[in-house]
Formats: sequence, structure tokens, C-alpha cells
Amino acid sequence: MNLEEKLKRQSRIRNFSIIAHIDHGKSTLADRILERTGALTDREMKDQTLDAMDLERERGITIKLNSVQLTYTAKDGEEYIFHLIDTPGHVDFSYEVSRSLAACEGALLIVDAAQGIEAQTLANVYLALDNDLEILPVINKIDLPSAEPERVRQEVEDVIGLDASEAVLASAKSGIGIEDILEQIVEKVPAPQGDPEGPLQALIFDSLYDPYRGVVAYIRITEGSVKVGDKIRMMATGKEFEVNELGVFNPKPVAKKELSVGDVGFLTAAIKNVGDSRVGDTITSVKNPAANPLPGYRRMNPMVYCGLYPVDSAQYNDLREALERLELNDSSLQYEAETSQALGFGFRCGFLGLLHMEIVQERIEREFNIDLITTAPSVIYQVKLTDGEEIIIDNPAMMPDAQSIAEVQEPYVKATIMAPNDYVGAIMELCQGKRGDFIDMQYMDESRVNIVYHIPLSEIVYDFFDQLKSSTKGYASFDYELIGYRASNLVKMDILLNAEKIDALSIIVHRDFAYDRGKDITETLKDLIPRQQFEVPIQASIGQKIVARSTIKAMRKNVLAKCYGGDISRKRKLLEKQKEGKKRMKTVGKVEVPQEAFMAVLRQDNTKNN
Amino acid sequence: MVNAVYLHIPFCDYICHYCDFNKVFMQGQPVDDYLAHMDLEMKHTLEQFPTDRIETIFVGGGTPTALNEEQLERFLKDVQNRFGPYLCDSIEFSMEANPGSVTPEKLRIMKAYGVNRLSIGAQAFQDSLLNKLGRGHSVAEIGEIVQMAQNEGFVNLSLDLMFGLPDQTIHQFSESITKAIELGITHISSYSLQVEKKTVFYNKWRKGELPLPTEEAEADMYEMLITRLEKAGLLQYEISNFAKPGFESKHNITYWKNNEYYGIGAGAHSYIDGVRRANAGPLKQYMTKIDESGFPYMDDNVLTENERMEEEMFMGLRMKEGVSKEAFQKKFNHSIEDVFSEQINKLVQNQLIQDTGTHITLTEQGFFLGNEVFQEFLAI
Repeated sequence: MNLEEKLKRQSRIRNFSIIAHIDHGKSTLADRILERTGALTDREMKDQTLDAMDLERERGITIKLNSVQLTYTAKDGEEYIFHLIDTPGHVDFSYEVSRSLAACEGALLIVDAAQGIEAQTLANVYLALDNDLEILPVINKIDLPSAEPERVRQEVEDVIGLDASEAVLASAKSGIGIEDILEQIVEKVPAPQGDPEGPLQALIFDSLYDPYRGVVAYIRITEGSVKVGDKIRMMATGKEFEVNELGVFNPKPVAKKELSVGDVGFLTAAIKNVGDSRVGDTITSVKNPAANPLPGYRRMNPMVYCGLYPVDSAQYNDLREALERLELNDSSLQYEAETSQALGFGFRCGFLGLLHMEIVQERIEREFNIDLITTAPSVIYQVKLTDGEEIIIDNPAMMPDAQSIAEVQEPYVKATIMAPNDYVGAIMELCQGKRGDFIDMQYMDESRVNIVYHIPLSEIVYDFFDQLKSSTKGYASFDYELIGYRASNLVKMDILLNAEKIDALSIIVHRDFAYDRGKDITETLKDLIPRQQFEVPIQASIGQKIVARSTIKAMRKNVLAKCYGGDISRKRKLLEKQKEGKKRMKTVGKVEVPQEAFMAVLRQDNTKNN
Repeated sequence: MVNAVYLHIPFCDYICHYCDFNKVFMQGQPVDDYLAHMDLEMKHTLEQFPTDRIETIFVGGGTPTALNEEQLERFLKDVQNRFGPYLCDSIEFSMEANPGSVTPEKLRIMKAYGVNRLSIGAQAFQDSLLNKLGRGHSVAEIGEIVQMAQNEGFVNLSLDLMFGLPDQTIHQFSESITKAIELGITHISSYSLQVEKKTVFYNKWRKGELPLPTEEAEADMYEMLITRLEKAGLLQYEISNFAKPGFESKHNITYWKNNEYYGIGAGAHSYIDGVRRANAGPLKQYMTKIDESGFPYMDDNVLTENERMEEEMFMGLRMKEGVSKEAFQKKFNHSIEDVFSEQINKLVQNQLIQDTGTHITLTEQGFFLGNEVFQEFLAI
């Protein structure tokens, strides 16, 4: 292809992604676009093609990004090349979202015609605006009986400040409005800028590990071009590789010899570790390197930590291998070996957020078949000691004695909550109970409000989501971002079972809340831990002082009475079932403790906030 | 060689709210056809797995006394016809009998065909509780059936009593024990309620509508049961069974000693030559299988030696006398200590079992926490 042909092709490329709240119809719309552009025949069409992992399908969310190349013949008779770049739909992955948006020139903003704008959508629209994207509003689900497209159109204008007069009214489910959306992409999304003969700049917006090919980097070429056999350099890590494979997804992978400005596709180069091709990094050519990397690269740091331990300590090495395998695909997962007196050998793992944590746990249990004990998640505390030293604590058990601490700082987030105004009282009460500072409240229209609080991240980590959902009947949506550290009056609370301190159950609490929290935890543990052959006291202590206690009574009767008319196999099965249950417990001291007890600190007395 | 027979009559006039045994509402069922198939099964079983001596027969249900006089006579005649030649002099021939479904004539038929022990489903002595259990009889009818049986010359009478029932108070259970003792029977089986799937109680329990007593209350009831019955001369010989000396149920001891038995009828279980089998439960399937192959059982479960040893322990320990070391050695050619030393040491240390020198037995606490003991012997 000569330069003229390249430029002509470039002028017909449109790169875009879809921004939507969960359930507002993003995947369905993506499917309709794939169908309409002939990327998939009906038979190949599995519903919601872009969400490939089982977990994603089950949870209805996208975790890993995908990009697809499509061809569309517009009404002007020209054939256009579309790259649809999918984005994860969850706050834990906002950095990945920002990088995939950076790979686009435009974004479809899908808003549910009945539900209107949600907090998560708003956050992603701001990310898109930060990246100078052309935003095309689409009001979806207009065929629902409860649809109010005009109200939602007004909301888009009022809340986001976008011109929504040309917003497409669509129903992805029924195939209404798809043609208009595709035409608007051609008309309104700008073609990629950049010089096909300039020094290579390619943005990595995702990467995954393939056991046969090494890391597969998902890239967007912003400047120059890259060919198979080229020597390339990762600008953040400085690592150099030789390109083995280039290609695009349609959505099946199709090999290409060259990718040029505006192209979105994949690259392999015998890269052994996803850490060497980090999301947000820029690939350049060794021979003709770019002067600067593309802006916006950040190394992602975990926000939430927890301990992962195998129930069966013989599976420690299996767990290590599982983490190694997952890390290949997930550069934001961090872990290091740790030892707990109660739980034995395991790992302290760092995650981007709670969902990320749950996903990793579930993948380990499902894909690697390891029963896990998870300790309650903790945030990272910055601790100033009396001797002037500053330390970082990601495991409450490691918190030094109160006497040697000068100050403890904890991370705060800005929490944005959107809800119908009937729930303002409930939301404020909840946030107040979570040590939140009220910052702002704005009416988005006559019935919906946007409330902003500053709240300690540790309080978000403790069942904030669940409580928000239950106190607003599911109508509130929620988003948060880290805003920095603040000093708080925090203390370590230990839990003792049968007079033995259980390190895995220690937590850090605000002093004013310590008594109530201790009471909740000891009561919850009493319910979660089955009776033993002896009485088991449960205590919560701060330093030497016991602040709460409860008691698990000794088991008094556990015996199978019936004869079952000679059905001995049934008796055996019942006993086997009881024994299996016991084997899934961890023996701590002399007490058999079920897995879920180690998460007990997360379960709070919900009646308080309702 | 098999020396015990279990026969299952799956018909009931009403369905109790806790019962998950194989049973059907009687009305409109092909009772005669079913009895004919049981006869065939007895015939084929004896041909395939011969015996030289039958020591116990137990007819359970369902409600065997739901059969009318004609059906009852036909059934017992078949049993006598098939097993009669092998019955020993000391035969224990038990039949379950339900208050309200027994007449003097039925009792005379039973007696005529050799039934010499009745197991009476009393369950409770409060009409309010009987009603909650879905039992179709009254407290008065319990007294009547015992009286009737005694009049007809039945001496060996057992009564079933339940505890741990929804809303049952310890006072009510105490009253039931007193009244049972007053009836002058020779044996009591007393089971705590187990909420089983596919029962009315299970559905209520899932909805949170079954007010069961606490573990404490249930343990208190069990404790009282043992004390009160022992005082009345009904001695505990198994976790749930009490008898005047000499009136222990030989048939149930067959199960606990892990000896073999025939199982005849829909959903019945057998244990023959080291193989456990379960018959098809649904009547139609039961009869079709017999028509097609002569036998109604589904699959063979051939026990390994380890499984047999495990069962020897978790069944045998249910009895007060426990597991005999000598009998174990004789049966398996291994000493009990060789096979289970680890488990025995642990449980002795936890004071749940004891070694008497000749036997391994449950301690007093062990009777309350039997499952903690039994589980230990399972190799999972």
C-alpha cells in the first residue's frame, strides 16, 4: 500500500467504544452492530459475544476488553472500517476504561430510556470527555412500557451538558435505530489523525496471556506503522522484542503483515510476562523511536488487600501456581507469601477493588479447584511511629502496638451516589454512619439527586454496596475515586477464640465505632461457628481490654436417631456429609472454624442503618 | 446366610407431616396386584439366595395395618407359605400397627399367622401434637389399640414416641413417657424428629414456620427419656431403643450387628452376601421390574472390606453393649485396634467412647454425640 492509499484508508477508519451502565444494553447493542456489519452469521451468534469469560457472562459484566474490526458500507456508498473497543463496566477497572477510551475517537453513550443516567455512566462519560472523544448519545430500550425518552434526553443535556437533540432513539433488543447509530458513527466520529510514516507510537490498552504465543497485546496505532519482524521497545519498561504476529479481530483473529495509523488490533512478540506489556504503555520502534510516549500511563496500584489461604494446607503450592498463572493475565494483581498463626501458609494479595478481589477468588476456586479461606479485605494504612519512622500496613494483624503509634492515616474516596430523591434521607444516614463527610447534593431533575460524600475507603469495603442497595431498594447507583489520605483515630481490634488471639480476624476500626463493631463481630461469629464439644468464648479486644464477648455453647446432642428400615447407605451418606462439612473447616487451636467466619467482620448488623 | 426378613407395605390412610419413607396414599392403589408381586419377590429371592433358618421377620411401612382384613390375611398367608418352612422356634415376627387402623379381627388374623410382636406408632400423648404431626388418630385410640392387643394375647408390645417436635414442651414429653409406661408395654423406640426433604415439615421449615425446640431442650428431653425409662425397668440397649430385659428387638439388632437381611417390597433394602441392594420405590416400577426380570432391585452395591468394617463400627456402636472385639476379629480377621487405633485413641481421649477390655462402647456423652463418633470411622 502506498502512502496515498494508506491515507485514504485512514480517512475511512472510525474507532469507538460504548459507554453504558450495567443492564442498560451495551452487550446487546454490540451484538446488533456485529450482526448488522456481517461480522457474525446468525449461527455463529452466541448472545453477547464480547463477554467471553464464563464469569463475565454470569455476572453480566465485561472484565477483559475486546476489540473488533467491522466493515460497514454507509449511505454515501463508501466502505468504512469500524473498530469497536469494548470497555469494562466496573469502577474497579476505571484505569483500563480510560486507556481503552484513549484508543478511540468517539463513544456511544447508551442510556436506558426508563432509568436515565447512573453514577457509573457519568464517571465514564467524564473519562471520555477527558480523552476528547466525540460522544454520541443513544437512548436505548425505547420500546419498554416505562420508557420516557424525552425526559432522559433532557437529563443528558442537563446533567452532562451534551447536545442530545440528535440522540438516536433505539432498542437494541428489537433492532430499532441500529442503522442510525452506524450512520452517526460515520458522520460524527472523527477519522484518526497521525502520520503513517512517522515514528511508531502504539498504545497498549489491554493484554492477555496465551500459553502458546506469550502475551497478546491489544494495541491502537497512533503514529507510524508496525510490521511483522520489526524490533519494538516498550517505552515504560524499556524492554525490547521482535514482532511475531500482527492481526485484527473480526471477531476471530485474522493475521496482518502490517498495522498502520488508526488501526486497532493485536501484537505478539514472544513476551513472557504481561508485566512487560503494561496497559497504558506505548510501543515504539527500536530503529525509529518516538521522542515521547503517549500520555496517561500509570502503574496501577492495588487499593484493597486480603489474605488468601488454602483450606487444605497441602494445596499451598497449587495456590502459588494459580496466582502465578492469573498474574500472567492480570498485571494489577499483586501477591506475596505470608504466614498466619491461625491459617498457616498463604498469600497477601492486592486488588484494584472488591469486584477484582471476588473475581480472582472465584477463578482460583473454579479454574484451579482450590478451596480458599479469604480474610476480610483491608485497605492500606500509613502509620507514623513515635520514633519518626513511617510504615505502610496492608494487614491489620501487622499493626504495631498503640503506644508506638503517633498517627494513622487512611485512604479516603469521593463517593458519588445518584438516586431518586425519596431516598436522600436513607443515603445520608448510611453515609453518616460510615464516617462520611457531606460535600454536595444536586438535583439532576425534579426527581433525581446526585449526592457527594468523602468516605474512608475502609468503610466502602465493609458492605457499603449491599447496604446502599437495601436502603434504596436498588435504585441508587454509586461510584468512587480515591482522593488521598487523612489522619483518623484508628485502633486495632483483635478477636480471641477460646482465649487464643486469631491473627486472621484482626481488624482496624475507628475508636468511636470499636465497641459496636466488636459486638457485631462476636455475635456474628457465634452464629457462624458451629458448636464444638466444649464451650468456646469469643472476645473482641483492643490492646488488653476486652470490648465485647459472646459464647458458643457446647454441643449437646448430635446423633442420628432413625433406623431408616435397613437403609444403611443412607445413614452412611448423612454421616459422610457431616464429615465433609467438617473437613472444609479450618482447625484453629482446638476450634473448628468454617471458611465464611473469616469474612465475619464484613457482616454487620444491617438493622442499624435501615 | 440370611436369617432376617424385612417386608414393606407402602400404603397409608393418611400421610404424616414428617414421614419420608416410601409410601403412598392408599385409595385407588393396586393393593392386590402389589401383594401378588411381593409374593413373587419372596419366591425368587428364596430361590436365588436360599436360607436355612429365619429368626426375625419385620413388617414395616407405610402402614401395614391399613390393609383390610382380606388383604392382610392373604399377605400373611403368603409370608407363611414362603418363609414358614424356615422359621425357628424363637421367631420374632413383628408388625407395625397404627392406632385407629386396627380391629380385633385384624389382630386375630395376625396372631393366627404367627405375628407375635407389635410395634405401635403412638408418637405422642397430646391430641394437639398428634394433629400437628398429621397423625390421623387420637390419644384415646393409642390406649384402645394396646388394650385390644393385650386382650388378644399379644405380650410383646413396642411403642414409638417422638421428641424434638415443633412446639413440644419438655412437660408434654414427660407426660407421654408417663402414659407410655402406664400402658404396661415391653419396649419403647423413641426418636428425635429429623426434618427430611419432601415432607410437609421440610416445606414449613424452609419458610421458617417450624418452631423446633432448641438443641438444649432436645438434649434435656433425651436425658429425661433415658432416666425415666430406666427407672421404669425399660433399659436402654441402643441409642433410641429401650426394653424390659429379654424384650429387645432381635430384628433391629440384626441391623446394628451388621448382619444380613432380605428386603421385600417397594423401596425395601436388603443386605445379602456382602451386597447391599435397594428396590425400586414407585409401585409401578417395582412391579414392572419383577415382571421383566423377576427382581425389583436397582443396582448392586458390593461393599469393600473397609466399608464393611466401617459399618460394623458405626452401626455396632449404636448399641449399649458396643462392638465386640472378638466378634470383629472373627468376622474380618483383623483386630479392631489394628484397623482403628487412631480413631479409637482420639475418641477415648475426647471421652466419647470407652474400651471395656472386651468391647468398644459409647460413653454416656457418646450417646448424645453419636455422630461425632460415627463419622470418625468413615474413610473420607
